[in-house]
Amino acid sequence: MTRAVITHGPRPDAVSAVPDVDMTTNLAGAVLPSPVLTASGCAAAGRELDQFFDITQIGAVVTKSIMLNPRSGRATPRMAETPSGMLNSIGLQGPGIDDFVDRDLAWLRARGARSVVSIAGGSIDEYTRLASKLRHVPDITAIEVNISCPNVEDRGLVFACHAASAAEVVAAVRRNTAPGIPVLAKLSPDVTDIVEIARAVVDAGADGLSMINTLLGMVIDTDTLRPALAGVTGGLSGPAIRPVAVRCVYQVHAAMPDVPILGMGGIRNGLDALEFVLAGASAVSVGTVTFHDPSAPLRVSRELAVALAERGFERLEDAVGYAHRHPDLAPVAGGPARGHGGDADPLVADADLTAGGEG
Amino acid sequence: MTAPSQPRVVQTTGEVLGLRRAGDYHVLTLTAPGLPELTRPGHFVALGVGGPHTSMLLRRAFSIHSVQSRGVYGGSLEIVFATHGKGTEWLSRLHRHDQVDIVGPLGRPFALPREPVSCVLVAGGYGSAPMFMLADALRARGCRVDVVLGAATESKLFGVLDAKRIAATLTITTDDGSAGEKGRVTDVLPGVLERTDADVVYACGPMPMLRAVAKVAAAHGAYSQCAVEESMACGIGICMTCVLPVVGDDGVTRMLRSCVDGPVFRGDRVRWDEVGTVPPDTLGAPVSGGHS
Repeated sequence: MTRAVITHGPRPDAVSAVPDVDMTTNLAGAVLPSPVLTASGCAAAGRELDQFFDITQIGAVVTKSIMLNPRSGRATPRMAETPSGMLNSIGLQGPGIDDFVDRDLAWLRARGARSVVSIAGGSIDEYTRLASKLRHVPDITAIEVNISCPNVEDRGLVFACHAASAAEVVAAVRRNTAPGIPVLAKLSPDVTDIVEIARAVVDAGADGLSMINTLLGMVIDTDTLRPALAGVTGGLSGPAIRPVAVRCVYQVHAAMPDVPILGMGGIRNGLDALEFVLAGASAVSVGTVTFHDPSAPLRVSRELAVALAERGFERLEDAVGYAHRHPDLAPVAGGPARGHGGDADPLVADADLTAGGEG
Repeated sequence: MTAPSQPRVVQTTGEVLGLRRAGDYHVLTLTAPGLPELTRPGHFVALGVGGPHTSMLLRRAFSIHSVQSRGVYGGSLEIVFATHGKGTEWLSRLHRHDQVDIVGPLGRPFALPREPVSCVLVAGGYGSAPMFMLADALRARGCRVDVVLGAATESKLFGVLDAKRIAATLTITTDDGSAGEKGRVTDVLPGVLERTDADVVYACGPMPMLRAVAKVAAAHGAYSQCAVEESMACGIGICMTCVLPVVGDDGVTRMLRSCVDGPVFRGDRVRWDEVGTVPPDTLGAPVSGGHS
């Protein structure tokens, strides 16, 4: 694969040497050398981004949600820029699972990249068949179940908004997926109580949670006096939604500290990624910002390592959920390691805390 | 594992070398080391706008007007733009030495004929920006090049002097008659095609113009190569926003990305009348009523 030449001049966030931080993460059983992944729908199937950075160097490529059959997606306009974000209404355009497995997954495998396959369906049966088809495909790192895309064909079937239907989908996928392959449920923030949905899908067999999907939004074109998107409403993403995403991760991690979380929502740099980790994410996805900076996933991974090192963390996993510690035990200036008298694992000392990290 | 080979695309921080007015348009010159050597006529660049902490996340796509591979700056490029939003307004306020993030060259360039055939280049407004590099490439192959430039009014024509220099003949139209013939490019195009016995028509400009040019070309038995203008978010093929219905070699219509499958398409392959929709016979089109 051809690779772009990246020739940035000095910039404030430039990272030359990656510090010696153990960035290994265990995402629901999938051991990844880096906790930074792409986000579904923001990386196609990795091939385009491999021109800009070595996609084998990030945690995994999370592929665009695939459905059973080829799908044209919606009419244009499909996107509108919003302050620090964008609205999209693509309509899950894609080649269908068979073509996807034969071409895209085969390419990722040949490339040596890890792949998290995002699947989307309009019925329990479609999810079941998707999982069954993937069951015999080698080298899949995990399956992410898109139950929360606001763009699916029948608005009555936004599974993610109802605990029972969300659980039903996840149970079907888990049942039809090989035991060693983690199943992550991707949650929508457009719910009254995200913890309730999270509990339901975990009880149904989800090995981990991806959060958050886009928020349903709308832009009206003041020249045409009509909705800006052909699909009328669309999914809001980008840094504008980051505080919502961090809140969701924090709430769910507080309620279920042992459930692994893949956090996403507007991550632009290493400190943004660190927020998610501190809130309780074991790994993060870089999504919309990749449209702005195609080398963002690898850059964020490096910046996160620097940010962790600067705060005295020697291992990423020690920082997971760190923001849940009791304020009295917050580290003094100089970072967690020194703050705990050189204790290499700052969370060990906090085993009695109700909302500790996963360690 | 597959190994990386030679790069085809560059991501680089360009420095502003110059920004000048040309009628109603702006011409921006940026350093772009490594990019000129990779650029072919019809390629575009996707620029980040608003600086490093911008709230404007989407890249802006511009046809590459010209490239300079030598010189003290070790490679530079020029783009032409009109201000019609916050992003282009930001670009129009840049000063010398300001920095702009550049990704390019992107897209599929114009296909060039193997034989020294007769070519007509048609452009609307600043759609002429990529046409001068194209004309140079065609003339280097011994092709006859005739040019038709059209715009709403004289100040919205771009590159008239350059066009005079490179074209066997130049025909100008304006909607208001302020320059050249009053009317549209497609009013004069049949005559130009007749007179030059053109084999290929190259076009760049607004979608309605491309649709009309493709039809005129087809009626004269000429191939057409049209560089489309679709709004893009990323420019590199990952966002799926810039699609339009295009018929493939297999006769099947697909929603293709204008950033990686285009921006140059064969005029006879784009379903011009249905751009902005998903024709019912498109691969994977909704069975009824659309993906809601």
